[in-house]
Amino acid sequence: MNRTRYLATGLFLVAALLMQGCGKEEPPKPAPKAEVPPPPAPTVVKIGSAAPITGPQAHIGVDIRNGTQLAVDDINAAGLTIDGKKIKLELVAEDDEANPTKATTVAQKLVDSKVVAVVGHFNSGASIPASKIYSDAGIPQISPSSTNPKYTQQGFKTTFRVVANDDQQGPVGAKFALQKLKPKTIAVIDDSTAYGQGIADTFEATAKAGGAKIVAREHTTDKDTDFKAILTKIKGRKPELVFFGGIDPQAGPIARQMAELGIKAKFMGGDGIQTQNFIKLAGNAAEGAMASMPGLPKDQMPGGAKFLEKFKARFNAEVELYAPMGYDAVFVFVEAMKRANSTDPAKFLPEIGKTDYKGVIGPIAFDDKGDLRNGPITIYVVKDGKWDTLEVVTPGGPPAAVPAEPAKAAEPVKK
Amino acid sequence: MDIFLQQIINGLVLGSIYALVALGYTMVYGILGLINFAHGDIVMVGALTALSVIAGLAGGAVPAPLILALALFAAILVCVALGVSIERVAYRPLRRAPRLAPLITAIGVSILIQYTAALIWSKQYIALPEIIHPTQFTLAGASFTDLQLFIFLLACGVMAGLLWFLKHTRLGKAMRASEQSPDVAGLMGIDVNRVIAFTFLLGSALGAVAGLMVVLYYGIGHYFMGYMLGLKAFTAAVLGGIGKVNGAVLGGLLLGLIESLASGYIGDLTGGVLGSNYRDIFAFLVLVVVLVFRPSGLIGERAADRA
Amino acid sequence: MATTLPRQPAAKWLGIVLIAVALVVLPFAVDATLGRAWVRIIDVALLFVMLALGLNIVVGYAGLLDLGYVAFFAVGAYAYALLASPQFDIHTSFLLLLPLGALITAMFGVLLGAPTLKLRGDYLAIVTLGFGEIIRIFLNNLNRPFNITNGPQGITLIDPLQIGDVALSKTFVIGGITLAPVHSYYFVFLLCALLIVVVSLRLEDSRIGRAWVAIREDEAAAKAMGINTRDIKLLAFAMGATFGGVSGGLYAAFQGFVSPESFTLLDSIMILCMVVLGGMGHVPGVVLGAVLLTALPEALRYVGPLQKDWFGQVFVDPSDLRMLLFGLALVLMMLFRPAGLWPSKIRKREWTA
Repeated sequence: MNRTRYLATGLFLVAALLMQGCGKEEPPKPAPKAEVPPPPAPTVVKIGSAAPITGPQAHIGVDIRNGTQLAVDDINAAGLTIDGKKIKLELVAEDDEANPTKATTVAQKLVDSKVVAVVGHFNSGASIPASKIYSDAGIPQISPSSTNPKYTQQGFKTTFRVVANDDQQGPVGAKFALQKLKPKTIAVIDDSTAYGQGIADTFEATAKAGGAKIVAREHTTDKDTDFKAILTKIKGRKPELVFFGGIDPQAGPIARQMAELGIKAKFMGGDGIQTQNFIKLAGNAAEGAMASMPGLPKDQMPGGAKFLEKFKARFNAEVELYAPMGYDAVFVFVEAMKRANSTDPAKFLPEIGKTDYKGVIGPIAFDDKGDLRNGPITIYVVKDGKWDTLEVVTPGGPPAAVPAEPAKAAEPVKK
Repeated sequence: MDIFLQQIINGLVLGSIYALVALGYTMVYGILGLINFAHGDIVMVGALTALSVIAGLAGGAVPAPLILALALFAAILVCVALGVSIERVAYRPLRRAPRLAPLITAIGVSILIQYTAALIWSKQYIALPEIIHPTQFTLAGASFTDLQLFIFLLACGVMAGLLWFLKHTRLGKAMRASEQSPDVAGLMGIDVNRVIAFTFLLGSALGAVAGLMVVLYYGIGHYFMGYMLGLKAFTAAVLGGIGKVNGAVLGGLLLGLIESLASGYIGDLTGGVLGSNYRDIFAFLVLVVVLVFRPSGLIGERAADRA
Repeated sequence: MATTLPRQPAAKWLGIVLIAVALVVLPFAVDATLGRAWVRIIDVALLFVMLALGLNIVVGYAGLLDLGYVAFFAVGAYAYALLASPQFDIHTSFLLLLPLGALITAMFGVLLGAPTLKLRGDYLAIVTLGFGEIIRIFLNNLNRPFNITNGPQGITLIDPLQIGDVALSKTFVIGGITLAPVHSYYFVFLLCALLIVVVSLRLEDSRIGRAWVAIREDEAAAKAMGINTRDIKLLAFAMGATFGGVSGGLYAAFQGFVSPESFTLLDSIMILCMVVLGGMGHVPGVVLGAVLLTALPEALRYVGPLQKDWFGQVFVDPSDLRMLLFGLALVLMMLFRPAGLWPSKIRKREWTA
């Protein structure tokens, strides 16, 4: 570069920066904004929402965001007063594309926007890296759907979730299967994602401990469509039950191809397959498939029916999966704010741990890591082309005792 | 034994689909020396178009075979239009450009098609309505459907048809001539541009057929399905011998078999160290090995190391 | 090059000082106006500058089309993650680890480059693509039977860059100015990026650089001239890999978390876009490309709400829009401006010849 170019570039850059500088005061001070002079208008308090609004999981992300939005609207309609001030909640929604790197950018954005709490993210692959940023900023985070146990095991005080995690869900599914179906042989497939493999591992460990024989352990990816090869291999091992850790775009074709190959085993999965999409993709082969899903069945949820109605009226769509969790998460935050009598995260964060709230999804209380305490898990089955409730399991005592052992025994191998 | 046979059948059907897609790659490569990255996505567009037609007409008064015919027709129309336009707009101007340019353009076109498809069809996985009900047969303990048989026969039939076409028709001969030497072919009175356009037409049409088969076989369509399929089909074409029609089909069937058998047996063979999660790697490994040790493929001619 | 006396040495030096000042003040200025998220974006942009410059050596200088470059980024990141995290409970200092990571990645570069030596253009591209995918799949699956990479769950709680007690993940206050992690890392990245820029420029002007040009233009002639094409090509891969490895290690320390999801084919293509669209083989062009392609998607996020305001609903998701623009940009650039947005004069002549 020649001399004038250097000079020109330098002048330009400095000028640009100076112009920005004119718009602001001093270099940023860490002094937190104290109170706002109480205007007659209500104080705006921002709640952040991070979910995949675009991408293959968009249908689930939008669902979560809608649930969160509905809660914000309901609370605003009912009127909220904290510490004598009228509060208006505002939802700051960001799209993390279910991508780990984007998730951290989104987290930083939300922190910058001065949200006091975040409902997010959807997948563990996003929630985990983002949680560090929230923790550093002292912003409490409730995930409505991330089930990877690691999320709450990082030692952060700000991570919570309102779903049972995989350490709870997998064993519950396995115990249910062992008790009700009594399969002697089981085949386990996972989709090589953090979620799918996590739940498949815990399911397998519990099933093994329960005396079943795992005749095959196969892996696919979250983009595959052809499972004939591994299913044929599984067919040769004659399982009575096939468990799939993964989500509906794979689960549907797997169920279908199982039927095509004439595999007579029962099909079971985790919350990832408990969607309308699964039934559409599997067609007739969906009949009889089972799935576990953290939370009470929607029609048994206190206020569940009303929630479903309200949701449908507002968004003109059925609840896909985690909207109720998103809804309750906001209420948990607000309840904590009420108890702490403050909208300052530093003040109401400790209150979250003491939550004892009856939400749409059921009773919500957290353990010392931020996991949902005794979160009920429902087992669903597809009957006549629709998901039907089969049984509700409350892991209350058992998760602490029996399934925990095999899950913990599996950990050294997993890690 | 029946499991082994089943895996063979799986592999052959999978391979037939690869073969149908590979034919498109190999024809374009033969005549232009260009890897049309976008071909896999053209297949995807064909698949989704067919899906839309089927979804739109299913459950109504139109009989199933007619729906399929219409779907095929629509898919071919769309794919051909797409393929020929791409050639005209993106590839033709770059025929004399350095090697890098058409390659990068092809990547760009591929991305464009994928995300336009995402706009049109959304990023959801789309399910095929139940309009076909394949009948199952069993042979020595392995089961297969008439659909699978059809796909396999289709691939072989198309190959035979293409070979006949290339050998016995004027246009076919023109294609072969242009492949060997575009300049001399031009001197002989062949309009090379039109021949190339026709090659794309043919390739895209075949892609549409492949797309319809994929949709019927797997019952599912998705805007991103072209990527992996395209990559594997290209591997198949290279494996068999790029530029040759029978090479593409041979390579396709072989690759399907390799994938199927490997997924089925590699776990046992390696004592659990490698499992079916490495399935995609097999295709890539095959690609690398073939390209490094025998770039002309199994039945291709020894081409000189073109720099 | 000192045939003419510099007419205005003062002007040039003043310019450089101004640029330096601007670069130093930048993170704080951005923090105050656009917010900390944008500082983070700048940090990521700097990482991509390093990556793009690395790929520039392979594609731009040596003319070897590499579609799997992100594999080196991944290797560097995982090498760092494995040796500085609770995964194996080893905690190596970054002073040792970054060079070590670079070395390991360079070895991978040679490993992946070796089989490709006889391949030309298209085939080379596909094989490198295959390698990129192979690396990613291995990283995703090396958690059984022995857990090496922790599979799809990725590795968390990676050590930040730190010397003794001073860790860059903490916030410092120096003389009234807050130095948050994003700021500290900015300076580290800036330094590394500048280093890589200098190395790139020196390489371009060296015997090796000219050998690369020779191979790019006509390999047979180059061989005839006595250039050891095999070694030179391997060197290109190795050097490119090294840059990728260093950026990978920095990325791991910065994010604190790595998973195979961050290293897909799409990322390889993105880096390729930065090099091609910016100006292949021309360092300033590549830097421009990297900055543009990192900042643009973030800027495009605002298009979503904009669409809502204008049309009442979002027709095109910003991330889809970004991809559409990329595809279009690639095609249009190759048709009308194949040398890139900011090519060097020599390259421009090459492309339009």
